[in-house]
Amino acid sequence: MAKTARRLLVVLYLLALVVVPVGLVFWNALKDGLEPVVEALTDPVVVHALQLTLLAAVWSVVLNAIFGVAVAVLLVRYEFPGKRALNALIDLPLSVSPVVVGLSLVIVYNVRDGWFGEPLAAAGIQVLFSTPGIVLATTFISMPLVVREVVPVLQEQGTDQEQAAQSLGASGWTTFWRITLPGIRWGVIYGVVLCFARSIGEFGAVKVVSGNLTGRTQTATLVVEQLYQNFNQAQAFTIAAVLAGAAIIIISVVATLRVRVERRGA
Amino acid sequence: MTAVSTRGVTPRTTLTRGAGLGLGAVVLWFSVLVLLPLAAVVAVAVNGGWQGFANTLGNPQTRAAIELTVLTSLGVAVLNVVMGTLIAWVLVRERFPGSRLLEVVIDVPFALPTIVAGLVLLALYGPSSPLEINVANTRTAVFLAFAFVTLPFVVRSVQPVLEQLDREAEQAAHSLGASAGTTFRRIVLPALIPAIAAGGALSFARGVSEYGSLVLLSGNLALRTEVTSVRMLTYVENGNLAAASVVATVLLAVALLVLVAIDVLQRWLVRRG
Repeated sequence: MAKTARRLLVVLYLLALVVVPVGLVFWNALKDGLEPVVEALTDPVVVHALQLTLLAAVWSVVLNAIFGVAVAVLLVRYEFPGKRALNALIDLPLSVSPVVVGLSLVIVYNVRDGWFGEPLAAAGIQVLFSTPGIVLATTFISMPLVVREVVPVLQEQGTDQEQAAQSLGASGWTTFWRITLPGIRWGVIYGVVLCFARSIGEFGAVKVVSGNLTGRTQTATLVVEQLYQNFNQAQAFTIAAVLAGAAIIIISVVATLRVRVERRGA
Repeated sequence: MTAVSTRGVTPRTTLTRGAGLGLGAVVLWFSVLVLLPLAAVVAVAVNGGWQGFANTLGNPQTRAAIELTVLTSLGVAVLNVVMGTLIAWVLVRERFPGSRLLEVVIDVPFALPTIVAGLVLLALYGPSSPLEINVANTRTAVFLAFAFVTLPFVVRSVQPVLEQLDREAEQAAHSLGASAGTTFRRIVLPALIPAIAAGGALSFARGVSEYGSLVLLSGNLALRTEVTSVRMLTYVENGNLAAASVVATVLLAVALLVLVAIDVLQRWLVRRG
């Protein structure tokens, strides 16, 4: 029957493209028990890389959460010249190659003739090949995610309650904290979770700006690449499995949140 | 100018002082972090003049990389248009045991770090494949990597439209004797076309810009499996920022075109209601 064939095709396609390959990575990582996993994860180079990845991800989440909520409120609640352009340009970081992102940061932050790099170097701040560059690259690449999640929630929420609060004498700031923010909190949480997942996985842009210095500016994804290329494939698969596990846990959380939000909305 | 406060979702027409300051801060931050660096890339490329563009894009290795990337992305976008629409249909209209799980599977490529995506595909389709299928270092690997990372785009853009589709028209067509295939072609498909096109465009843009999943999988062989991003990175690593910027400018133009196309499609969608 057509229905059975359709379902079979979909299931087989997803099995071959996603489920079996991802499952195999977990199998490769865990087939010799937990001991090699612990060993791989306590390697000082790996520990440092994971710490750096986490640091960059936390910065990126904080910056993008503030920026994302502000942009979403402006786009939904206000009219201003250039709104349509801002709305379209916000998505740019998601459709640009990570290597272009890295290149653009190298051009403006290099200490020789970069627009920002030269004055910052004079002030004694080094951006490229150090942590600030990694944070910038990670923040750049995951910028639109919070905006995109908050905009539809804000649109749905409407302005009735905000206007009621203001007519009762609440200031704009109080209205935002007491009415707007609680109403969009699931959208913000959902966006933050996606932003975090994207940030811990960033590879190309970080590779360009970090200099990939082992034990100093190497993030977790860069360690995976180096281990694989140095024929240390078992350890590469182990760390890949850890990152994949984190990613899958994160999207499961997101999926659960989405169901909760939808139920609330219904 | 008068600020008429209307009810409901109509946006306020003017900025309050606080909102104006907020807009200033947001635009400044966005410009410093995103727009100025990208503008600097274009500036470096334009600095080299037409000759710079001609030299870089005339390089056979660079041209081969761009051709491979664009053609493979187009092919994958077509695959996604067909498979993505089919997956969205099955997820929305044909709930069956395990279909909730498929929902999560669709998002896995989006959440997975790209370098891990490359390793994941190597596990099944690489030299140590338990199926003994080894496509590593071939153009098939490039296609496979693009198909993996772009899987969610068409599904996620078609799904909400399909969920909100009024089913009365379909039932009417059916009761007038139209077959399931005809009903789909004449009633459902026309309503889905803008969403399918937007998803296809996003999928194309993502393919063109893909880097991480290919690093370990495709071997990056010059003239054969090297994609644009890898080529660009080689220029960067050799210190040839001018040539890298030319390639980057081409990629940026593609990304902007796709964003404009999607903006137009969305407006069309909204107008049609």
